[in-house]
Amino acid sequence: MTIINSLFMDILIIGLNHKTAPIEVREKVAFDGLKLNEALNRLKDYPSIKEHIILSTCNRVEIYAAVDDLDSGTDSIKGFISDFHGISRDLLDKSLYIHKGTGAVRHIYRVGSSLDSMVLGEPQILGQLKDAFDAALKNKTTGVFLNKLMRKSVSVVKRIRTETKIAAGAVSISFAAIELAKKIFEDLSTKSFMLIGAGEMAELAAKHLLNLGVKDVYVTNRTTERAEELAKEFHGKVILFDNFTLELRFSDIVICSTGAPEYILLKEEMHKIMKERKQKPVFIIDISVPRNIDPLINELDNVYLYDVDNLQGIIDTNKEERAKEAGNAELIVEEEIGSFSKWTLSLSATPTIVALRDMAESIRQDELEKTLKKLGPLEEKQIRAIEYLSNTIVNKLIHPPTAALKEENADKDLMVDMIRKLYGLKADENNG
Amino acid sequence: MEANILLFELALTFYLLAAIAGVVEIFKKKKGISKAVLYLSAIGFLCHTANIIIRYVQGGHIPVTNMHEASSFFAWCIVIFFFIYEYRYKPGLLSSFIMPFVFIIMFSSAVFPREIGTISPVLKSYWFGIHVLLAFLADSAFAMACGIGIMYLIQERHVKSKHINRLFLKMPSLQVLDNINYHLITLGFPLLSLAIITGVIWANTAWGTYWRWDPKEVWSLITWFIYALVLHLRLTLGWRGKKAAILSIIGFAIVIFAFFGVTLILKGRHVFM
Repeated sequence: MTIINSLFMDILIIGLNHKTAPIEVREKVAFDGLKLNEALNRLKDYPSIKEHIILSTCNRVEIYAAVDDLDSGTDSIKGFISDFHGISRDLLDKSLYIHKGTGAVRHIYRVGSSLDSMVLGEPQILGQLKDAFDAALKNKTTGVFLNKLMRKSVSVVKRIRTETKIAAGAVSISFAAIELAKKIFEDLSTKSFMLIGAGEMAELAAKHLLNLGVKDVYVTNRTTERAEELAKEFHGKVILFDNFTLELRFSDIVICSTGAPEYILLKEEMHKIMKERKQKPVFIIDISVPRNIDPLINELDNVYLYDVDNLQGIIDTNKEERAKEAGNAELIVEEEIGSFSKWTLSLSATPTIVALRDMAESIRQDELEKTLKKLGPLEEKQIRAIEYLSNTIVNKLIHPPTAALKEENADKDLMVDMIRKLYGLKADENNG
Repeated sequence: MEANILLFELALTFYLLAAIAGVVEIFKKKKGISKAVLYLSAIGFLCHTANIIIRYVQGGHIPVTNMHEASSFFAWCIVIFFFIYEYRYKPGLLSSFIMPFVFIIMFSSAVFPREIGTISPVLKSYWFGIHVLLAFLADSAFAMACGIGIMYLIQERHVKSKHINRLFLKMPSLQVLDNINYHLITLGFPLLSLAIITGVIWANTAWGTYWRWDPKEVWSLITWFIYALVLHLRLTLGWRGKKAAILSIIGFAIVIFAFFGVTLILKGRHVFM
């Protein structure tokens, strides 16, 4: 019976992350690609590890395990990591953290909901956790415990995402720009976009904008070849750098990032352009340092100019907001740990009930046999009557304790323990 | 208490609750509030509608013949517009900016004596219903435009000052607000024009003169010019966004003066007074 298998099992998490280990160590212990399947299968050889999952991302490597003995489980996993990657135990011990029981449940909930991530609220970790689970399922390395734990984790993460704003607000320059664009324009797909100059951040923001689908893309650069390159990448139209102000009146969103040492767009020019545009709103993002767009332009009606510092300010605010929300997320985590513990408790009650019934039944059988022997030959009807009598007595006697075990109760573990002692039920009897 | 008075009190109470919930929504982050505002407004609106129907049946004409009835009918028309725009654009926090307006106008209605008004037989004509309906719908569209204009100015402040907060994230985009504002004025302006035309025709059937320069007529004309100017500036000079928002707030201030001020301060002898 699988349920009995998991009696007295504990959850154990051993791993390291960006906070405990530098990249040099993390890359050594990573289980990427084919290594993952091999590792999952090799962990099966350790008798103390009953179920296991391996999570390996660029920021963390963790092994989730259900073990029947925490100490030997810890030893096995540490030994496994050290053997598999050929790293000394000393080096590992410096970086590894160990979470056991409810602490382990808390840890996996916190990891899944990004409370333990480098960027609070980042959504990728849940997907990575799901992938790790899928790989474990494929290699058949999980059972009742970890399956339940993983499913529960996913639902906890979803609850945190809907009930808190831990993932709200952009925390990167390019997303902050898009968040703003969405508060200025109704529908980005009807807007034209101009990229002035190039640069990593500008191109990233441009890519995000294109993913949302803008109508037209114009690209301009001091060197025409570079402009043509970018135009090809973004499916845009090349504009001569000297003429870009002429085309500005057709652009609703402008990202500027040139190496120019001075302003390339002044307030008076923009004022004229706005008249030509009939004051249709323009969103200008100046990523250049030093700035390329005259900051006074922001004073014009319907022109919204943001520079790197402005965007960074928004990111900082969003990060603060997320940090505030993290407190609420932690509360949900604590609440949900309780519900998982309840489940594990109910699990440990079931085998006790089974053991109790088994014991009662074997006593009944023995005594019935003895009695029938003593009485000598009897009629079929009489034998059945005696059997019925023994059955009823046994059932009535064990009913109250089984009923009590099935009930949800605060000190259930105590009760399970007590009943085991009172009836002399031994743990190893049920561990088969 | 008479049924229509009871219904009026109920409507007033529900609008108050909706307005409070709407204001709370601005500052709190609870998700359910925005639904609660809609339900409260809807219940208030149903009571309000029943109140107006009873008065219509008892009086035999659209109930706009004294200040109590006129303000109440005005609030009712605004709620109709509110639901239409809420349904069509679902702009965040619309209720937070409109329902307090509705409540204030309803409350002013509650202050006035509540008897069912009568109109002199001279004025009772086919044109009466059409004229007042058009006039009230026009004023309601302008009221909405004003609320939207206030929202625009707040949101514009956020974007310009580069300071974002929860309110910024909850409110609709500038363009959506500007579009709704424009839409409401292009709707309100022809309604007002038609209201003035039907009023003129009605005046002629009632008194034999088309135009008598009474204060109400004068202020209606001023309102008409203001909104004509708003549209004109927008189409020719591109006075959209902030300028349009400010103009629609000024426009509505004049509407409110023409509505309450003219009657109470200038003692104009417009038809229903």
